[in-house]
Amino acid sequence: MEHASFIIASYVLTFGSIAAYAAWVVRRGRAMARRATREEMPWT
Amino acid sequence: MTPTAAHATTGTPATRRLGAVVAVLLALLVMSGLWWSAEDVVQGSTVRIMYVHVPSIWVAYMAFALTAVCSGAYVSGRSRSVAWDRVAGASAEIGVLFVAVSLVTGSLWGRLTWGTYWVWDARLTSTAFLFITYVGYLAVRRLGGTLRQRARRSSVIALLAVLEIPLVHFSVELWRSLHQEASVANPNARVELDGLMLFTLMLGLATFTALFVWLLLHRQRVILLEDTVADRGLDEAIASRRDEAGAR
Amino acid sequence: MNRRSVAVAVARKDLAVEAGSRVIVNQVAPFALVVMVMFAFALDNDGILQRVAPGLVWLATLFSMLVVVQRSFAVESADGALDALRVAGVDPAAIFLGKSAALMVQLFALEVVLVCAAFVLYGVEPTAAGWAEAFVTMVAATVGLGFVGTLYGGLAAGARGRETLLPLLLLPVVAPVLIGATRATEAAFGSGGASVSEGWPWIGLLAVFAVIFGAAGSVAFGPLVDE
Repeated sequence: MEHASFIIASYVLTFGSIAAYAAWVVRRGRAMARRATREEMPWT
Repeated sequence: MTPTAAHATTGTPATRRLGAVVAVLLALLVMSGLWWSAEDVVQGSTVRIMYVHVPSIWVAYMAFALTAVCSGAYVSGRSRSVAWDRVAGASAEIGVLFVAVSLVTGSLWGRLTWGTYWVWDARLTSTAFLFITYVGYLAVRRLGGTLRQRARRSSVIALLAVLEIPLVHFSVELWRSLHQEASVANPNARVELDGLMLFTLMLGLATFTALFVWLLLHRQRVILLEDTVADRGLDEAIASRRDEAGAR
Repeated sequence: MNRRSVAVAVARKDLAVEAGSRVIVNQVAPFALVVMVMFAFALDNDGILQRVAPGLVWLATLFSMLVVVQRSFAVESADGALDALRVAGVDPAAIFLGKSAALMVQLFALEVVLVCAAFVLYGVEPTAAGWAEAFVTMVAATVGLGFVGTLYGGLAAGARGRETLLPLLLLPVVAPVLIGATRATEAAFGSGGASVSEGWPWIGLLAVFAVIFGAAGSVAFGPLVDE
């Protein structure tokens, strides 16, 4: 594939940053949820 | 009652199912974008960047539109529910991420097709302004104060952004129209999409939309928890100060 | 009191504060002039300076405006004057219009200094029609800048750490003013062979900007500064 480095770089960048953000959100959610009661989490 | 460890998440069965669907779609998108789909006649393999670039900017537009709608709902609704503000804030944060991603992938694509990372074309320039504007919006959200203050301030800023963005876009367009040097190509116009390429692009849009929904659900729940915990922290601080005062 | 008399009183108060402290005259205007001299050092070429003089004038205006806006709200939040006005039930739109008017007067004075500096330092030579157009440009741009400066300044006033927020919020919003005012002033100064007639559409853009943010600010200022 021509220009493979640029193409792979854009895929890695896109999915890498989204994955990093998603992981941060989930982990922050877990950390916060441990300090909250069930009533404070209407989705449970 | 403190939730058991299994429940101490922002996930629900529904978000887990959605997350699984997103994961499968993402795998399909990567396979289709990088291997199955054909190369473009004009752009060659560089068209593959489009399958992540276009869906990212699509999500960013959708996210900022949702921020505007929720801010409008907060300001105009009689209930003044802070839930609107949480969705607006979560959506803007995701939008900032995706607009940053699309600016970077776009400049990589531009380097391959135009030979430069950046051209001062109206769309690029206003996208950069879009990014800065919502970075500012997120900064306003962190100013502190009560939840109602945050909600009011940030919803007004989000609604002002709705005024600002068309003005910026319009003036940048006027600015560029006078300077039109070598025709700056509209990257999408040059692409002739065959069936599988079009399918891949649509798959990208669908995948990223589902991804946006998943991120939004989690993020706005995290904001709710952050607000709750911060609120409790404040109450505890006040209570302990009271105890100190009473003990004296 | 009706809206107009409140606005006039607020504007008069702000200008009286400036007349007493002379911060604009003694600090901001010299700062703007230093910026103009620094541009000359950075670009170091008479031909280029003459060509880009309009842009430099407006950049220097925007940088100075950040200082002036901060100053305008620092005097309010220092003694909680803004809160006192709001608690007293004063119409926020009137406060907004009054503070905007005072800011416009100060900005206009700064722009006159900067245009004179461009005339002397950068060697721009407008025609009579060019001077007239430059004047109209300055009025239109100043009105818009005064409105947005007051609107976002009100938000950034008050608590610590907010001063650094002002440039981030304000500069993207005033980009249309920088574009419009620079192009109109280029036409007025004849920079790069532009003719005077090319400037009027840009002045139209400045006017649209001023009207939109004047209206939006009157509505949004209250909720933004309410604590």
